[in-house]
Amino acid sequence: MGLLDFFLTSSPKGSAAVAKERLQILVAHDRTERNRPSYLPKLQREILEVIRKYVDVDVNAISVNYEQEDSREILELNIVLPEVAQR
Amino acid sequence: MARIIVITSGKGGVGKTTTSAALAMGLAQKGHRTAVVDFDVGLRNLDLIMGCERRVVYDFVNVINNEATLNQALIRDRRCDTLFVLPASQTRDKQALTKEGVGKVLDELSHTFDYVVCDSPAGIEHGATMAMYYADDAVVVTNPEVSSVRDSDRMLGILASKSRRAETNAEPICEYLLLTRYSPERVAKGEMLSVDDVQEILSLNLLGVIPESKSVLNASNAGVPVILDTESGAGQAYGDVVARYLGEQLPYRFLDVEKKGFFSRLFRG
Repeated sequence: MGLLDFFLTSSPKGSAAVAKERLQILVAHDRTERNRPSYLPKLQREILEVIRKYVDVDVNAISVNYEQEDSREILELNIVLPEVAQR
Repeated sequence: MARIIVITSGKGGVGKTTTSAALAMGLAQKGHRTAVVDFDVGLRNLDLIMGCERRVVYDFVNVINNEATLNQALIRDRRCDTLFVLPASQTRDKQALTKEGVGKVLDELSHTFDYVVCDSPAGIEHGATMAMYYADDAVVVTNPEVSSVRDSDRMLGILASKSRRAETNAEPICEYLLLTRYSPERVAKGEMLSVDDVQEILSLNLLGVIPESKSVLNASNAGVPVILDTESGAGQAYGDVVARYLGEQLPYRFLDVEKKGFFSRLFRG
């Protein structure tokens, strides 16, 4: 076993590289989540309520996105209206 | 005024209490009046690691509730007379640590001590947030392992938003990374994240790297902070950590595999 190890240890590519890659992606994702304003879900819910007064839209028809770039913050609101407005 | 240091991590079992005991002992040995406070209400363990479990009469919660004075609850270390331990309570009521109560006790400690080391419980619940709330410095204890690194990053987010310094827009908490249970052999084989890998993700001020060592378990078995075991790698590494915290520039040790001869490599295992 010792002899075998001696010849095999020359290739350093191991699981640590995978761990690092996974962590980098995960941590970057966690950090963007963390920086979102905490009012987003409530904002989405209330906007949905207002729109529903006039148009019958689905819960999933509204998406609220928040992005942060160097000097600006973008709040993106996307509402998919039904083909024919009912009511 | 004392400097308040929180030892935190998010994840459990990474070495917070070991680090709290070692750092507090190291600071006290340098002549600084140091108090080490256990915030793990319900699961008190710092007293065991410090070896003073049989001398606990009053605890942190008793002081908060005015059932005992701070001087009655503080336990003077038998090995170093500038070191004092404030044990946690074994009560199951975690809400016993109120923000006002903790603030009052830390304020009182600040008047007589140079350093107050706060040993945080694992997790991000009440006890952990109380331990970090009043901190000036934070030592984030991390193992070179995915879940620990992720939790540490999460902790950094909480330190930056839920501390007194954050809430009062004061200068932010000074954050340090302490990498523990490091195995240079496994890093060399590519089986473990290296210091550089972890730093690439967390990019903090590196306070030190503690090698995986049998002496840590031996020390906790005996109730002796591992920093007192100056023969061991872990003990020496903690010694460096204390010196670095106090501003000394030291090279990082125990990062590389100990050189072995050709024959010991060949016949290993």
